[in-house]
Parts: sequence; structure tokens; C-alpha cells
Amino acid sequence: MARIEFQRLAHSYLADPVAPADWALKELDFAWEDGGAYALLGPSGCGKSTLLNIISGLLRPSQGRVLYDGKDVTGLSPAARNIAQVFQFPVIYDTMTVAENLAFPLRNRRMPRAEVRKRVAEALEMLELQPVQNRRAAGLTADQKQKISMGRGLVRDDVAAILFDEPLTVIDPHLKWQLRRKLKEVHERFHHTLVYVTHDQNEALTFADKVVVMYEGEVVQLGTPQELFERPAHRFVGYFIGSPGMNFMGCHLVEDGLGIDGTELVLYGHWAELARRHAKSRLAIGIRPEFLDISPTPRDDAVPTRLMGVQDLGNFKLVTVRLGPHEVVAKLPEDAPVPTDEAHLVFQPEWTRLYADDRLVG
Amino acid sequence: MRKTESNKAWLLVLPVFLLVAFSAIIPLMTVVNYSVQDIFGPGEAYWVGTEWFKEMLRSEDLRGAFVRQVIFSATILVIQIPLGIAIALAMPAKGWAASLSLVLVALPLLIPWNVVGTIWQIFARGDIGLGGWFVNDMMGIGYNYTADSLHAWITVVVMDIWHWTPLVVLLCYAGLRAIPDAFYQAAAIDGAGRWKVFRYIQLPKLRGVLLIAVLLRFMDSFMIYTEPFVLTGGGPGTATTFLSQQLVKIALGQFDLGPAAAYSIIYFLIILAASFVFYNIMVRVGRGDRA
Repeated sequence: MARIEFQRLAHSYLADPVAPADWALKELDFAWEDGGAYALLGPSGCGKSTLLNIISGLLRPSQGRVLYDGKDVTGLSPAARNIAQVFQFPVIYDTMTVAENLAFPLRNRRMPRAEVRKRVAEALEMLELQPVQNRRAAGLTADQKQKISMGRGLVRDDVAAILFDEPLTVIDPHLKWQLRRKLKEVHERFHHTLVYVTHDQNEALTFADKVVVMYEGEVVQLGTPQELFERPAHRFVGYFIGSPGMNFMGCHLVEDGLGIDGTELVLYGHWAELARRHAKSRLAIGIRPEFLDISPTPRDDAVPTRLMGVQDLGNFKLVTVRLGPHEVVAKLPEDAPVPTDEAHLVFQPEWTRLYADDRLVG
Repeated sequence: MRKTESNKAWLLVLPVFLLVAFSAIIPLMTVVNYSVQDIFGPGEAYWVGTEWFKEMLRSEDLRGAFVRQVIFSATILVIQIPLGIAIALAMPAKGWAASLSLVLVALPLLIPWNVVGTIWQIFARGDIGLGGWFVNDMMGIGYNYTADSLHAWITVVVMDIWHWTPLVVLLCYAGLRAIPDAFYQAAAIDGAGRWKVFRYIQLPKLRGVLLIAVLLRFMDSFMIYTEPFVLTGGGPGTATTFLSQQLVKIALGQFDLGPAAAYSIIYFLIILAASFVFYNIMVRVGRGDRA
């Protein structure tokens, strides 16, 4: 178990990177605490697998250092780093039984027989694999195979970290949930440092204590699920996390407030001060659909909008309205009154965020 | 639902039946026809029953050829399969070097079989052949494949290895390239060395292609004719006379069509039985392998 730290780490698959787009992973500097459960979240091609392979040692970064508990491991092989990794597609040794599969990493490290037997028995019990322990691993289902991959990490209780590279991709949806819970259980019991790569926000948010959101080779936010939801540090986070994503409206500085582009609407108060500080940047306000309210009747704090459509999703409703040039989605409870043609949008200033050049400023 | 009774449906099977009849049944029946009769000429055929079969099974020539055949097939399998795997493992996985090595390795497969025999016939000659000259004059071994049985054997085996190992290499190479990177990465993380990667990842993943390679190489080598015919003509004596050469000797050399027909059927049954066994092994071992 270890604290994992990155110092000025960056990677490019090209020999001679020049433009920012040449870097698969832009320079990053941060640390993961020992025993934490982290998720690396981002769309395909954002560099999350690259980062994972650098952590495990399968890939050597073009620049910077990786430290485990303050020790530089940048040049070490995966075996020397003492790390475990579970891949997208289950990797099992076909000719071995389930128990032999789990014993394999221990035998390679020349552990005494009795100790191997004890560890394997523990892992089999933890993963509920005892009934199949003497079966050949080749004939098992995908989720059992994936458990074996996981088990090969769990048997080594001294591993620095267990890394998961989208491990549930090939698992049936109803088993996904079970396996995720198993993972959580394992984490609570052993307190390994876990790093979980995924592009599925639900997976990331339910699994991890801290989520690292990546976008175009850059870490845009590191935070708890709640922080990601309430204070997205980057427009991408707002849009990627939550269903549907955050509403964004371009805006500009007016005399003593913040005017929303294409409308008469002006936000007063501290917004003007914030906007003045970032006057040269591209400004936008963002607000989550959950924090918007729609009233069928006019109210003092509401702005009139045009109703575009209502989607009833069973336990909630999505109401789309038009405010000037912007389409805004609000998420309303199932029993909320549905506006027919007139819809009045109610902002909650404390949940409204301001973004300058895509980054959160207030 | 009521089914309509109609025997016209049999007509739909007719084309296939005709095809199989012309391609397999009729030629085979001709052979069967010869094998149970003694035919002197048109209208002069005498029923002999199983006499030719008994004669052939008792024949020392056939038994000798059969033993040589089994030894030959076993020898080349034992050498070609491991050698093929080793070469495939050593070949580069990508880039221009991969394309180049594939072309170089596949070259012997493109040469017609009688040309292969001719190449080796000249290559191995002590007087004008580079190979024969090298062994004789440079290594100081009195090598002469036309006079020494062992030398003839070695030459035929080496020729077959040169000609057919590339097939094993190509199959294994394709099998190796189909293994996902994750397996090698997992092995690295599990601390497995080179040998264990081969033993527990590469070899099991190659099982499918290896079984095909073994089957093809067994059947081909068991029916080998052209190359030894050109190279040694079955000699010296009968040292390199294999089953098909023996058959041609009886059928066309001595024109004993009855015994030759009985021989053909025995030969056919041996290959059929061996292929059946291999096929069943293949299916059984392959079971439970779906990843």
C-alpha cells in the first residue's frame, strides 16, 4: 500500500512532441493518498489509460517522475513496483485451475507453499470462488474470470495499489452491480489504494471516494462526487457529470452586473465584481438542471421563458425551455405542476456558477 | 400444422448426390472393382474375393513402407512443430522487418514440389551440389545420399523440414499475433518470466493453430510422394520408399492393378482412421476454450 505521487508528469506517444495536442497526457502534479479509492473518469481518448499504464510501469513517461511513498519508481518494471492491474478483458491462464491462477503471482515470487495456500484460500473466500476453485479457469463466465483477475491482485497483500482499467466493460449489467459492491467490500476490508479507470460516471461516483476527471490529456478536477456535482471546476465536468449535464449560458459584463447573452436578463451583486476581474475571458454561467425551478405562474424572482418540451422519465420530469438564444433544461420532481405554454424559470443564485474560459471562477 | 407428404423433395438433394458420386463414390468403386477381381483384359475378369487384400497385408514390401512412413511422419512432426514455434517466436511482430521475414519464411511454400526435389537432388550432390560439397570437403564427412541409406534419410527429412516448416511458422505467427497485449502485461505484473509467459500464455493460446498444423503436416507427410521420388527415387534399395511410392511401383511399374487397388483401399483406410483420431482429439482438447 502506498501513496502515489506524480511530479511534473507528462507523456507523448510521439518521439518529438511540439504542439499541445501532441501530448497524450499534459503535465500534471498531484498525489493520491494511501488507502484511498480513486476513479479516473473521462471520455475515450482523454489519457486515462495512459496515466494508468504509467502508474503500473507498463509505460515509461516522456517526462516527470512517479513516486510511491516518496520513492522514485519511474524506471522500475511492473513486477518491481509490486502493483496489481485488472484489465478491460479478463486475463486468465487457461490451462490452470482457478486456485492455481490465484497462486501464480505468489509462486513467481517464491513464497513458501503453506503461505500460498493460506492466501489463496482467503482470496477464494473473499471473491466467493470456492465452488469453482478446482475447475479450469477457461470454462468460466466473464464475471468469474474478472474476479480471478482481481484475485491475483488481492492475494498479494503487500501490493502498492490495485489498478482497474474499465474492468466491467464485458460484464452483464446485473452482475456489474454485484462486482462493484464486491470491490467496495474488498476495499473496506484491506484498504488497498485502488485506482479505477472508467468512462461511466455512475461507476466512478459509486465506487470512489475521490474522482479524477480527465479531459484532453489534462486532469480538470480532483474531488469527491459531491464536489464534482456542486462545484464543477471545468465546463467539461459540469457537462460530463450529471444526467442531463449542466446548463451553460454565455454572458458578458454590463454596467453593474452580469448580462446573459441575447437576453435582457442581468445578474447583480457579487457577479459584477467577479466578471470585472475576468473581463478579458470568455464568460459563461452554469447551473445544474436539479437547481432550476419552473413555475407555471409569474413570480417576482422568475423570468418568463418559452416552453420547448417536457420529457417524463417516470420518477422525474425534464422540462426544456428557451431563454433568448439558450436552451435550458430543468429537472423537476414527478409531482411538480407542468407548465403548459408559459414557463417561468427560477434561478437559485447560490447554485449558479461562473466560468471564465471554461474554468470555474465563482 | 399439417405436413404435406411429397417425395419430390428428394430431387433437391440430387445435385449434391451427383456431385459426390462423380467426385468420390464412382472413382472409389472402380478401385473396389479392381481390388476383388483379377482382370486380364476386357471380358476376362475372375472373382478373387479378399485374396489381394490378404496378399497385400502379408506383403513385406508394404509393411516395410508402412514402418518407414510412420517413422518419417513422426520424425518430421517432432522436428517441424517445435522448430516452427521457435521461429515464429523469434520473428519481429511489426514494421518492415515483420513483412520481410514473412516473405522470406514463406518462400519455400511457393516452390512446386517436383522443383523442390530437383533443387535438393542437385544441392546435396557431392560433386556439383553446394550442400553436398560443403559436408564432404569442408566438414570431412563421407556423405553420399545415393549410396548410404542413413544419408538418404537425413536428406529427405531435411528437405521436408526446409519445405514445410514455413507452414507451421505462418500458422504459429498468426496465432501469436492474435494474443491481446493485456496477457503479456498481466504476466509482467504477476512477475512471470520469459519461460512462464511461453508455457502459460503463448503455448495454450497456440493450441488451436498447433492442432491444425499437426493435422496438416501429418496428412501431407503421410502421403508424400513427389519430393523423395525426384530426390532419391525411393533408394538406395528401398530405404526411402514410402507408402505412395510403393503403391505407384505396384500399379504402374508392375501393372498389378488388383493388388494395387487393394493397397489403395488399405492406404485410404489408414489415413481416414488417423484423420478421424486427430479430428476427435482436436474437438475434445478444443472444448471449453472459448474466451
